[in-house]
Amino acid sequence: MVAMSFFIVRNYRMQEDFVMKNWVKMLGRDYFWDSYFLTWGLAGIGTIVTMIVAFPAAYTLAFKVSETTRRWAIFLLIIPFFTSYLVRIFSWYVILAESGVINAGLSYLGVGPFVMLNTKFGTIVGYMTLTLPLVVILQSFALANIDKTLVEAAFNLGCRPFKVIYRVILPMARTGLIIAAVFCFILSFGDFVSPYYLGGSKPPTLPILIVDTVKSGQQWPRAAVVAVVMMVTLFVVAFGGIMAAYRRRVG
Amino acid sequence: MRDNRTLRWMLFAYLALVFVFIFAPILFSVIFSFNSDRFPTIPLGDFTLKWYQKIWNDADVWEAARTSLIVSLSTATIATTLGFATAYTDYRYSFRLKPIYLGLILLPPTIPLIIMALAMLAWFAKLGISGQIMSIIIAHSVLTAPFAMAIIRLRLSQMDPSLEAAAWNLGASEWGAMQRVIVPFCKPAIISSFCLTAAVSFDEFAISWFVSGLNKTVPVIILEIVTGNIDPQVNAIGSFVFLVSITLVIIAQTVLMTSRKKED
Repeated sequence: MVAMSFFIVRNYRMQEDFVMKNWVKMLGRDYFWDSYFLTWGLAGIGTIVTMIVAFPAAYTLAFKVSETTRRWAIFLLIIPFFTSYLVRIFSWYVILAESGVINAGLSYLGVGPFVMLNTKFGTIVGYMTLTLPLVVILQSFALANIDKTLVEAAFNLGCRPFKVIYRVILPMARTGLIIAAVFCFILSFGDFVSPYYLGGSKPPTLPILIVDTVKSGQQWPRAAVVAVVMMVTLFVVAFGGIMAAYRRRVG
Repeated sequence: MRDNRTLRWMLFAYLALVFVFIFAPILFSVIFSFNSDRFPTIPLGDFTLKWYQKIWNDADVWEAARTSLIVSLSTATIATTLGFATAYTDYRYSFRLKPIYLGLILLPPTIPLIIMALAMLAWFAKLGISGQIMSIIIAHSVLTAPFAMAIIRLRLSQMDPSLEAAAWNLGASEWGAMQRVIVPFCKPAIISSFCLTAAVSFDEFAISWFVSGLNKTVPVIILEIVTGNIDPQVNAIGSFVFLVSITLVIIAQTVLMTSRKKED
């Protein structure tokens, strides 16, 4: 297990030998920065959308159902986490395609067809396939730990539902929610399947850039540059998220 | 709260929708694997088994299935052993560098797979063992050991620490106590971590794809077919893969749940 650290250290070392050439080459190109910001944007939007979509579901699971139902729901949510992500994405590809299930269904209603593949929408759907179950689970744990009497008290004192969520539930579940968001972001940021198959891969996101560089060009050190940039970004995000998650609690 | 019932109803409907979103790809994949049309859509074509026949007769798929089986079984064995060892170390001992030690163990899952794959590839190439089944197994063990460790650690934390001491006092050697007390107590966790690590390894494609060389696993074959074009064969292989991993996960969870219930 400890050897794992060596993998990464080795990886750093390997490009330290070539440091200048590859770093300058990669970072000096516009397309690198294009895909850097694109990846940020997509993963960011994906995270926000997933968090919003997951919230009512987690809320229902945390407050509105019995203990047994919640256990079963979580049991079901864990299953997709371990099933082949690749096949699920392929399935979305077929569902979202121009003559796929959704458009065929819509054509009976006289609307469409909508182009959903090779768009940012497709990528987001792909990200959500990966992250939504996990986020729902993490959010519902975060919400279930809240003292329910406080929520009821807020209601009894005449607080409006949205205000209860905003003023009472969100601050109390803060830590868990931020951790869920961080996980969601990390997963989306590092995923290459959905932007590749559902997003059309143009312009490429960073993970696609890695795949392309390694598979076609044999330019491992350059791919390593991308990988290091990604990892630094993710560490900063994770660290910032954890700081934000715990700071308010104490202070 | 006047519209409590409507609100409740709406929330349940919403929850159902979320579940539909999550399970739709799995369901459609299974449905379309029996569908005769070349490009699957609704209305459905005729019922057919031809995609299954096609993969049944495909030597590549069989070869990949064999590789996948070897890889996931070995990975599960190694990862569970490693996970058990680290969990037990964490449970029994405390030493100064423990936070670092634990940090190192829990690190792999937070790193994007693609970066892991690249790091593994570079590392294996340096060692000269790239492109072998062995290398996939090693990579997957590193990836999945934290899962095993987490599950077994959770189980150990439910154990009364004095049980082991009691066994020693009654004359059991350290190994004897390990065999007779600790391992049986952790058995549900060990079984479920074996199943889960096998499932993860069975479905993992990024690392396998990077380091596999000629020894393709099932997900790598899928990736190759998908990259080519839309081919309903994927649905057939996919349904099979879903079946395997869902079975493994259900076994894992049921074993854990029933063990918990018995003690309650």
